[in-house]
Amino acid sequence: MLSNWEFLAVVKRSLDALRRPVLGRTAPPHGRQLTLPDRMTLHERLREKISAAFYHHGLLCASYPVPIILFTSASILTCCYPLLRLPLPGTGPVEFTTGVRDYTVPSHETNGDLGERPDWYRGPPVAYIQQVLVKAAVSPWDNSLVPVDVFRSPLGHVFSLLEEIRNHVHSDSGGVRSLEALCLQVTDLLPGLRRMQPVLPEHGCLLVSPGNYWQNQRELFDSDPDLLKTVQKHEPKGLHTSATLRDLLFGVPGKHTGVSHYNRKKVVTYTITIVLGSYDARFLGSLRARLKQLHPSINCSLREDHMVHIHFKEEIGIAELVPLVTTYIILFAYIYFSTRKIDMVKSKWGLALAAVVTVLSSLLMSVGLCTLFGLTPTLNGGEIFPYLVVVIGLENVLVLTKSVVSTPVDLEVKLRIAQGLSNESWSIMKNMATELCIILIGYFTLVPAIQEFCLFAVVGLVSDFFLQMFFFTTVLSIDIRRMELADLNRRLPAEAGLPPSKPGPLRSREVPPPPRPSPHTITLQTPAFRNLRLPKRLRVIYFLARTRLAQRIIMVGTVIWIGILVYTDPAGLRTYLAAQVTEQSPLGDSGGGGLPPHLGVAPVMPGGDPASTLSVLPAPEPTPLPENQSQGHHGSARVGPQHQAPPAVPQITWGSEDEEGWRRLSFRHWPSLFSYYNITLAKRYISILPIIPVTLQLTPQEALETRHPQDTRHPPPPPFPKVSTDLQTDLTLYKVAALGLAAGVLLVLLLFCLYRVLCPRNYGQNGVSHGRRRRGELPCDDYGYSPPVSEISPLQLRGHNMDIECLASDGMLLASCCLAGQIRVWDAQTGDCLTVIPKQGLRRNSSNGCWEQRDGWEAVSGATEPESLGCEGHNPCARGNSLSEDEGFPLRRRTAPARPALFTDQPDLTPLIDTNFTSQPPSHLSIPPRGGFDFGGLVERAYMEHEPPSPSTCLPPCSSSPAPSSPPQSGPYLQMRRSLGDSPAPQAQERASAAGAHVMADWDSSVWAMELRGNLIAAGRSSGKLELWDAVEGSLCCCNEDGISGITALAFLNNRIVAARLNGSLDFFTVEVNKPLGLLQYRGPPGHGSMPPSPCYSSEDVISCQLTRSVQCAHQKPITVLRAAAGRVVTGSQDHTVRVYRLEDSCCLYTLQGHAGGITAIYIDQTMVLASGGQDGAICLWDVLTGSRVSHVYGHRGDVTSLVCTNCCIISSGLDDLICIWDRSTGIKLYSIQQDVGCGASLGVISESLLVTGGQGCVSFWDLNFGDLLQTVYLGQSSDGQGVRQLLVLDNAAIVCDFGSELSLVYVPSVLEKLD
Amino acid sequence: MSLTLTAMADNTVTSGQQQRSGSEQLPRPFRGPYISVITNRTTNLVIRSAMLFSVGVFLALVLNLLQVQRNVTLFPPDVISSIFSSAWWVPPCCGTASAVIGLLYPCIDSRLGEPHKFKREWSSVMRCVAVFVGINHASAKVDFANNVQLSLTLAALSIGLWWTFDRSRSGFGLGVGIALLATLATQLLVYNGVFQYTSPDFLYIRSWLPCIFFAGVITMGNIGRQLALYEYKVVQEKTHQD
Repeated sequence: MLSNWEFLAVVKRSLDALRRPVLGRTAPPHGRQLTLPDRMTLHERLREKISAAFYHHGLLCASYPVPIILFTSASILTCCYPLLRLPLPGTGPVEFTTGVRDYTVPSHETNGDLGERPDWYRGPPVAYIQQVLVKAAVSPWDNSLVPVDVFRSPLGHVFSLLEEIRNHVHSDSGGVRSLEALCLQVTDLLPGLRRMQPVLPEHGCLLVSPGNYWQNQRELFDSDPDLLKTVQKHEPKGLHTSATLRDLLFGVPGKHTGVSHYNRKKVVTYTITIVLGSYDARFLGSLRARLKQLHPSINCSLREDHMVHIHFKEEIGIAELVPLVTTYIILFAYIYFSTRKIDMVKSKWGLALAAVVTVLSSLLMSVGLCTLFGLTPTLNGGEIFPYLVVVIGLENVLVLTKSVVSTPVDLEVKLRIAQGLSNESWSIMKNMATELCIILIGYFTLVPAIQEFCLFAVVGLVSDFFLQMFFFTTVLSIDIRRMELADLNRRLPAEAGLPPSKPGPLRSREVPPPPRPSPHTITLQTPAFRNLRLPKRLRVIYFLARTRLAQRIIMVGTVIWIGILVYTDPAGLRTYLAAQVTEQSPLGDSGGGGLPPHLGVAPVMPGGDPASTLSVLPAPEPTPLPENQSQGHHGSARVGPQHQAPPAVPQITWGSEDEEGWRRLSFRHWPSLFSYYNITLAKRYISILPIIPVTLQLTPQEALETRHPQDTRHPPPPPFPKVSTDLQTDLTLYKVAALGLAAGVLLVLLLFCLYRVLCPRNYGQNGVSHGRRRRGELPCDDYGYSPPVSEISPLQLRGHNMDIECLASDGMLLASCCLAGQIRVWDAQTGDCLTVIPKQGLRRNSSNGCWEQRDGWEAVSGATEPESLGCEGHNPCARGNSLSEDEGFPLRRRTAPARPALFTDQPDLTPLIDTNFTSQPPSHLSIPPRGGFDFGGLVERAYMEHEPPSPSTCLPPCSSSPAPSSPPQSGPYLQMRRSLGDSPAPQAQERASAAGAHVMADWDSSVWAMELRGNLIAAGRSSGKLELWDAVEGSLCCCNEDGISGITALAFLNNRIVAARLNGSLDFFTVEVNKPLGLLQYRGPPGHGSMPPSPCYSSEDVISCQLTRSVQCAHQKPITVLRAAAGRVVTGSQDHTVRVYRLEDSCCLYTLQGHAGGITAIYIDQTMVLASGGQDGAICLWDVLTGSRVSHVYGHRGDVTSLVCTNCCIISSGLDDLICIWDRSTGIKLYSIQQDVGCGASLGVISESLLVTGGQGCVSFWDLNFGDLLQTVYLGQSSDGQGVRQLLVLDNAAIVCDFGSELSLVYVPSVLEKLD
Repeated sequence: MSLTLTAMADNTVTSGQQQRSGSEQLPRPFRGPYISVITNRTTNLVIRSAMLFSVGVFLALVLNLLQVQRNVTLFPPDVISSIFSSAWWVPPCCGTASAVIGLLYPCIDSRLGEPHKFKREWSSVMRCVAVFVGINHASAKVDFANNVQLSLTLAALSIGLWWTFDRSRSGFGLGVGIALLATLATQLLVYNGVFQYTSPDFLYIRSWLPCIFFAGVITMGNIGRQLALYEYKVVQEKTHQD
């Protein structure tokens, strides 16, 4: 990407920078040759190697930011991938299922072959939970029954069941065992739970059932007038998330119990929960068999061979939360204080974020890597996390930032990064080694927890180092790159606030001011080494930065993570939704059978289950338990027809959801139950045995018997239409959906608000809002700077056929000269072409003379060159040289030699030849020509008619140029006489000739220099002629042929013209205006203030130009530059000197020596600021009054091509296409702008703070104070290849630049407005 | 050394000057009430000691809570009371001790004439506090095989803390001295039955106590130095302004 030149310069600059004493801390890699290798100790050598390695690494990182960041991200993701297997943080319990048959209490020791056993499955559980799930219903349902009957008698049966369970005794060879011996004995409730004392067992077996509400006494139950009130009495008020007493006692979620007045299924479900301290398979087996025998559940096919072990994670109590929160607060304080130290960067927040990301992702990587290699974290991540962060620390990151920031700012970014890295390499490595050592020491404490911590810390340190080196360094390089201009923005205005060193023309006598003690040092200067066209990868980064993609992604990720947490949390949304759906779903009760409950009512049995049909249908007859036979499908089949209302027959079905009914409970159910007795389940587990199903089928008689007198007061439930079930289901689903949606919207809104609050809109950049608008259109605008809204459209001035060579302007008029020698004068305001020299309007009239002349030429030269027949026009061209020498008719030398082969396809121009020569005076040859004319128009027309323009479009000017070049000797002059009649021109001509001057247009030599003042164009030709043309009329005013050597430069000031010649001589001419009308108009305002009012020469004036003085040996070598201003003429020459002449008397004042090469650029203005630039790349600032050198800076590789000064800075451009802006008083480079190739010389200053530079097909406007690109104006559609080589700033804030053969006139009104 | 001496001299001189000038021309427009409070020597001292005291109380409460064994029940009803489970006078004592230490450190620094220059930043101080809390955490939570191991580990950690954040001889000496004193005081308290540990392992006290004390002294000294540095800075700025 770097060209050779750039690379060399970069190396040189880096060397320079490395030699600075500020950076002497570590030996720079390039300074290795300075130290003798044999004397270096190992320590030094190591140090240097590390430094060099870091240096190269820094270069690498800064050079390829995007690939490195991608690579780093990929490796982070790879290392974090194993984390997916880890459970999400949360305190939900985990389960492990084993078979009941071969169950043995797991041992405490960790066996080698754990298999899939979780590591918590060790030792006996806290308790075994045996649940007896009772489903009871009054069947058949009688219409005479009241709602309370649904649950009163079923609940009443709990006491007999309890009696049965309590009294169950299993006796075998091993002895007699009762529940009393096996159950978990509990003592007091916690002191704070006095309220629950009546309902929870104390000092005895932990056996809970709904009977606890009535102290397990049937009498109390029977005498309770309102059962529901008793149940409700103990419910806590308000919101509660953990298990309620009702859940605890009933053992099923409150909605599933069916204990309510509106129980439509009329089935009551509850459990008797027996908590066992030890496991005895035989006792439990006998209990199960006994209960099943007493209350058989015919259609129950529950699996009873699995027991589930539930491990509860650590619960974080407030007592532990406080220290945790404290550590986190300290951590945040640490991060805050650390990142606060980041300074001198573009975006502090961005870098702080990068630092935090570095640390966090290194921790994640550490955990991921440890998991990958088989180490499962046993430590509580949340607890050790802050300590890990603190151990790893942000120090290195800060040190890196500081080091990079403190590198000399005028270096290139990658070099700064590299240097900063290498400066701190040793300390970083040392710190790293120290930390590793400390951690290793910690590892050998042989405490498992500390060892694990150390392991994590080591891996974290290493990955942190990796991330620092790759991720953070790269981010830093990007940031530094971004910083440079923004930094200028911040700092320069402060300096601008100082009293200006040069308050305009008032202090013109003391320029340049003595170098004042500048308030800033070099390090505080903020140059912008700025590449206009940034590589694409940086654009991507800027895009990311501009759109804050990273932040958004993080935010979205957080939202998703929270969502996942909420969804997967055991107490979270999923469970809730599942519970909602299963509860409301019509399939809920049919469970595994998949039968809707109302299908059971249907008289026809579903045929898909022959086994059940066989087992259930025949069952009623032989079974000696008639009560039980009335249940199930058979019963319904029998009863169904009698009662039309389907709910009349309560169905007791057993589904798979009953198998593990405890799952529907809160996951805090068991911990809270145990916590009442001060038993914690944290980090321990309980084993849940398969439930014992008990089906109670009660007759209406029983229900009536147990009825309390007050039960009938409750009104019967309003009949529910059947449709409402589905409707309700739907409604619930809709409700859930709507709630979820609302929550989502709320969350989004909240986040949006937070985002708006926390991220100010103009975060870290200028003007995003409209900067984004046309980023694509402005390739120069890589920094997101926004151009002004109003678009500038250049005005194209077309007309020249070849590339434009000279440009001159006096503010109102604009003269341009192309390679073909054609001079055009334009109105600088409107862009109209006023005059063409040679004059177009005269062509037709002058054609007679022309062709007559040509004829004569043919006659003369026809014999010598008979072969050129295709186009007569070019014949004279071919012979021009010899003829002009011989006959004194100078012909154009620049015209191309005849190429007959090319002209064979040219149109026939013979019809254009006017052979009427009668009007030509015969003596035309003796009269010098005046005023050229052009056959171009004619010939072009002929071309247009002939064919589509041939590929050789450059030919028309070539082939047509001979035409004007040959005839003008007499034709134009004749014509002039004829057409103007008694116009002053002939008089002028006469005067001129009387003065002995040959006023003759010289079309043979090319225009090397041109100046325009007033109405006069001064053109210096390569033949040494100085011509003065009337710009409006297009007529030649006078011509001076005193010199022979070509005029290389012209200066036209007031009424004097200074011409510098190729041989080093300097001629001073005086233009005398003889005004016949005695009028001397002053035209136009003094413009920019720097120009004296130009006298307006009207066409009536008789103008003569006289050589007043000729300094023969002004310079030893050709004069390259000539500038005149403020009464001084300054010349620069190849002989390395600059000379200052006084304009009035052409007296040489000073010879300024100081350059080591030829002078290539000089700037002098009204305030007598003189600056010169040479081929050595040096720029000198001189005091014109004393001739002393004020400052001398080197800024360019190769020639300085252009120099402009403003009040406070010097702008120079060089062959290296770099535009440098220097502080004028201190000579310190402020910043530089890289230009397109070939456009280096084109620059201009419109005002104090507005710089315009030319580019490839565009011109760019810059804010000089800040170095901001304000706007880029494209000159044409095809912007490629054509560079702007010349650029002229007019008085009216317009600029003119050449664009190939076109001129572009660009007005900058918007900029002007802004400046005002 | 000489530099700092002159700085100190500057300091005293300017404070004297300030008092004089304060009496002479009271309304100084550029010096707000905040600056004047900070630069006032006694006010500054009071502020610093108050801050140190509060920090000490806070840390004592938090670390005491950390020591509460973990097998408490999930939501014991007396959680809040467990924060103040120890004797009421312990946090104020810790606060006072930390205030004294935090003032003592910069004072001794200035007396010795070697101001502490190593890592004088708030971030470093925060890191130090975090490590201190971590040491406490480790002593409370990590299950060590025996008490000797625990004591050795904690001692190594404490020394590491000193080396990482202090590295001054005066700091080390003061830390050791104060730690021994505090251990002695605790020992006396325990001996007299005012205070008791659940499981004393060495002469009625926990053997790791000196290490914790040492680390605490270093931490508080760090904070105190940082606070003093702030005062010093303000005084310096003031001299520049004058």
